[in-house]
Amino acid sequence: MSMEEKQNSQTFQDFNQNTFKPNSREEITQIVKNCYKKNIPLEINGLKSKHKIGRNFQSEKTLNLSNYSGIIEYKPEELYIKAKAGTPLKTIINELDKNNQQLAFEPIDFGFLFKGESNLGTIGGVISCNFAGPRRFKVGSARDHLLGFQGLNGKGETIKSGGTVVKNVTGYDLCKLLSGSFGTLSILTELSIKVLPKPEMSKTLIINNPHLKKTIEYLGSALSSSTDPSGGVFYPEYFEKNFIFNDLTHKGALIGIRIEGPTNSVDQRVARLCKELNLLRDEYSILEHEQSSIFWNKTKNLEVFSNSKGNLLRVVVPMSETVNMIQKLKAYDINYFLDWGGSLIWLQIEDLNLKILKEIRDITQKHSGYFTIIKIEEDLKASADIFTIDPIKYKISEKIKKSFDPKRIFNPGKMYSGI
Amino acid sequence: MPKVDNSILSKRDQIVSDVEKIIDPKNVLSHIDEIKPYETDALAAYKQVPLMVVLPETVKEVSKILKYCNENKIKVVPRGAGTGLSGGSLPLQDCILLAMGKFNKVLELDFENRCVVTQPCVTNLAITQAVQDKGFYYAPDPSSQIACSIGGNVAENSGGVHSLKYGATTNNLLGIEVVLMDGTITRFGGKAMDAEGYDFLGLMTGSEGLLGVITEVTVKILKTPEVVKAALVGFPTIEDAGNCVAEIIAGGCIPAGMEIMDKALTKATNDYSKAGYPTDAEAMMIVEFDGTEHEVEAYIEKVKKISEKNNSSSLKISKSNEERLKFWAGRKAAFPACGVLAPDYMCMDGSIPRGKLAEVLKEITRLSKKYDLPVANAFHAGDGNLHPLIMFDANNKESLKKCEEFGADILKYCVKVGGALTGEHGVGIEKRELMCEAFNDKDIQQQLTIKVALDPNSLLNPGKVYPILRKCAEEGRVHVHGGKTKFPDIPRF
Repeated sequence: MSMEEKQNSQTFQDFNQNTFKPNSREEITQIVKNCYKKNIPLEINGLKSKHKIGRNFQSEKTLNLSNYSGIIEYKPEELYIKAKAGTPLKTIINELDKNNQQLAFEPIDFGFLFKGESNLGTIGGVISCNFAGPRRFKVGSARDHLLGFQGLNGKGETIKSGGTVVKNVTGYDLCKLLSGSFGTLSILTELSIKVLPKPEMSKTLIINNPHLKKTIEYLGSALSSSTDPSGGVFYPEYFEKNFIFNDLTHKGALIGIRIEGPTNSVDQRVARLCKELNLLRDEYSILEHEQSSIFWNKTKNLEVFSNSKGNLLRVVVPMSETVNMIQKLKAYDINYFLDWGGSLIWLQIEDLNLKILKEIRDITQKHSGYFTIIKIEEDLKASADIFTIDPIKYKISEKIKKSFDPKRIFNPGKMYSGI
Repeated sequence: MPKVDNSILSKRDQIVSDVEKIIDPKNVLSHIDEIKPYETDALAAYKQVPLMVVLPETVKEVSKILKYCNENKIKVVPRGAGTGLSGGSLPLQDCILLAMGKFNKVLELDFENRCVVTQPCVTNLAITQAVQDKGFYYAPDPSSQIACSIGGNVAENSGGVHSLKYGATTNNLLGIEVVLMDGTITRFGGKAMDAEGYDFLGLMTGSEGLLGVITEVTVKILKTPEVVKAALVGFPTIEDAGNCVAEIIAGGCIPAGMEIMDKALTKATNDYSKAGYPTDAEAMMIVEFDGTEHEVEAYIEKVKKISEKNNSSSLKISKSNEERLKFWAGRKAAFPACGVLAPDYMCMDGSIPRGKLAEVLKEITRLSKKYDLPVANAFHAGDGNLHPLIMFDANNKESLKKCEEFGADILKYCVKVGGALTGEHGVGIEKRELMCEAFNDKDIQQQLTIKVALDPNSLLNPGKVYPILRKCAEEGRVHVHGGKTKFPDIPRF
C-alpha cells in the first residue's frame, strides 16, 4: 500500500464516525479537506456551552474541538496568552490568576442559563460568539482582545491573521471579522488573546430603590464621570432575592456601579461619585472587594436567569433609548435587567410567539438597536429569526461566506438561512 | 503598480464630461494645474498625477461616481487629508482620485451616548476640540492629529502615543457609513455597541481604502482624565530600559503612554527642542499616567521603584502640565531633529514584542555598522511599536540603496522575533512587497478573495497593500529629503 493509499484508508475509517474529536491540527486539516471534497457539512463545537445559541441546521457530521486543547504560550509581561481553540476557558482563567491577570472583557458563563451550572466553554467558542460582559463599555468586546489567530478556511487551507503584538495593521483585520461569526467562516485552531492586569481593588456602589428614569440618569452621569466606572447595572425589585449581601442595607430594586483600580484611588473615586450623584447616606451602600466580585460574577453569568424556562433576548440600544424602550416592552410579560450602563437589556419573556417577536423587533429597530435571541422554545426556534439582517448586509455576508467557505460546510445556516 | 489601462486614458475627455453630469462641474478637476497638488500623499518619494480629481459633497454623489466607475471599469483611489505615510492614497495614472475634502463637518455631538457623529474629512483633533468644553476627548491621537482626517484614521486603523491604554481607532469606533464599489450605500455598526452579524466595521477598519469609501464616522468619546503626569527616566543601557518597561507592564500598571528613545535621538531632539533630556543616558523613557490624583500618584510611585531597581540614572516627575508637555516636545520633534543631522532619513514602522526591545535595537546597531549609515530610534515601548530613523543622502544612489536594504532588514527582523511589518502606518505601497515576509501565499490569497467579494473588478485603490508580483523586493520607507516631508510642520508618529 502506498503512503497515499494508507492515508486515504485511514481517512475512510475516520469518516465512518459521526463526531470527530481530533487531537492535532493535521487531523483537523484532513477532516476539513475531506468534507470539502465530499460536500459534507460540519457542525463545529467545543464544550457546548453556547451551542443552543443560533439557528438549528442540518449537518451530517460534528467536529468537536474539545480534545484540541492546551495553552501553547503564556507571556504575562507581553500581556498575551496563546492557546489551542478547544482549551477550556476555565484553564485559561486559572493560569492567568496565578499572575494576577485576566481577560478584561469578562466572558459570560452561559452554563447557568442553559443548564443551571457553570460551563464557561472553550476559548475558541468565546471568540467565535463575541459576547462580552459588564466591562464592555470600558474595555471593548471579545473581538477587541483577539490579537491573532491561525485557522482553516472551508477548503482546509491554513489561514492566519494578526500576531501576538498589540499594534499590527498588516493586511485586513480578520481577527475582527471572525470574532462573532459563530464558526461559519473559518475554524479557529490557535488563538492569541490579549490579557490585562487584574485591578488591585474593586468596589461597588449600590443605589437603593431607584425608579427607571432616575436609574438612567444616575448611570449616564456615572459613565460620563472622571471617576471612570467599569460596570453599571440595574436590577428591578423582583430580583432582590438574588442579592443578599452583608454589605447591602436595603431590599428592592438596585443600581450597581463598579469602581476598580489601586485601593486608595478606588476609595477616593467612590466617595467622589456619591457626591457627584448627590446621594444621601441612606440612599446607598458599598460592596467591598469580595462581595463586589461576587456581585459582578452573578451579573456577567446571567445568574438571575439560571435554569429558567423563559425565552431570553439580548437587546442592545443606545443608552438614550433605554427608558422609552423598556416602557414599551412593559406591555408584554417580561423580566429584565440592564447591563453596560443601561444600553444592554437582558430581556426574559414568557409566552413568546412570532407576532410578539416581530413587534419587539420593530420597537427595537425604531430605537436604533438590535436584538439576538439567546434562548427560545424549541417549537418557535425553527421559524424565528435568531439574528436580524437587512438585505444589503445579507448580500455582503453571502459573498464573504463564499470567500472563506465556498461549499458552505462550516455551520451552514447557523446564523442565517443560506449562509 | 497595476497595468495602466490605455483605453481609459484615451477616453479621458469623455469621462470628465460624464462625471461633470454626475456632480457639480466645479467639483471636477482635470487641468494639470488643478490636479498636480494631488500627485502624492505624505510618502512624498512617490508621485503620480491622476486622470482627474473629483470632490463629491454628498454620499449620493459618492455612490453615483463609484457606480459609474464600476460600470466603466475605471479605477478609483480615495483620499482624505493626504497625510498617510505609506502611500495609501497615491494616485494611479488611469484613476479618478476621489478626494473627500468636502466632507468636513461634525454632524452630531451626542453626550448622552458619549459619541460623536462626523463626516470623514474632519481632522482627528477637531473631534476633541468639538467636545472638550464639556470635558470630553477622542482618545486615539496619531501625532499628525492636527491634520489627519478621521476617515483616514479609520482606513489605516491609526494608533498614537496613547493606544497602549485606550487602543487604536478600531477600539474607539462605533459605526461607519460606507459606499461600496458598486455604489451600494450601507452602514456598519452604530450607537448600539457590538452590532450582530459579521463584523464588517472591524473588517473595513484598517483596510486602507480597498473595500469601500467611508462617508460617515461615529466614534466614542471619553471623559478627560482629571490628572495627567509624566516621568522622564534615564538608563545606562538599552537592556535596563527594556527590562524596566517589561516590569512596569508585568507589575500591573498600564500607563497611558510609554516611550523610549536611544542616545542618538535623545541628543538630537534635546539639541533641537531643549527639552531637558538626560543626554548622557544610553536610553531615555517617558512614561505617562492619567486618572484621578491618588491613582496617578500610586502608579508614579510604582514606576519610581521599578526604575530604580533597573538602574535608572536619572528620574524627573512632571510638576505641572507645562513641564509634562515639555517632556513630550522633544519626542514629538524627532523628525525635524533628525533633519538637522543628515540630508535625508527614512522612518520605519515595525512592531515587536516588548521583551525583544534590547535584542532588536542591538541588531539595528549591527546593521547600522554593516550598512555604514547612522540610525536613531524612537519606540512606543508600551505597545512594542518601533520607529527607527535611518539617515542617508538621497543624492547618492548607493546611499539610498543601502538605506532601503537596511530598512527592509529591520522589518524582516521584526517579523522574525514575532512582530509585525507595520504597527500603525499601514502597508500602502511602501511595505507591499514585504507582505510575503509576514504571510504565505494562502494567507494572501484568502485576503484577496475578500477583496474580490466586495470589488470583483479590483477597481478600488488597486495596487496597494498586496504584492502584485510575487517578489519580496525591498522597497522604500518614509523618505524625507532635506528635512522636508509633504507637510513639514505636522508632528509625526
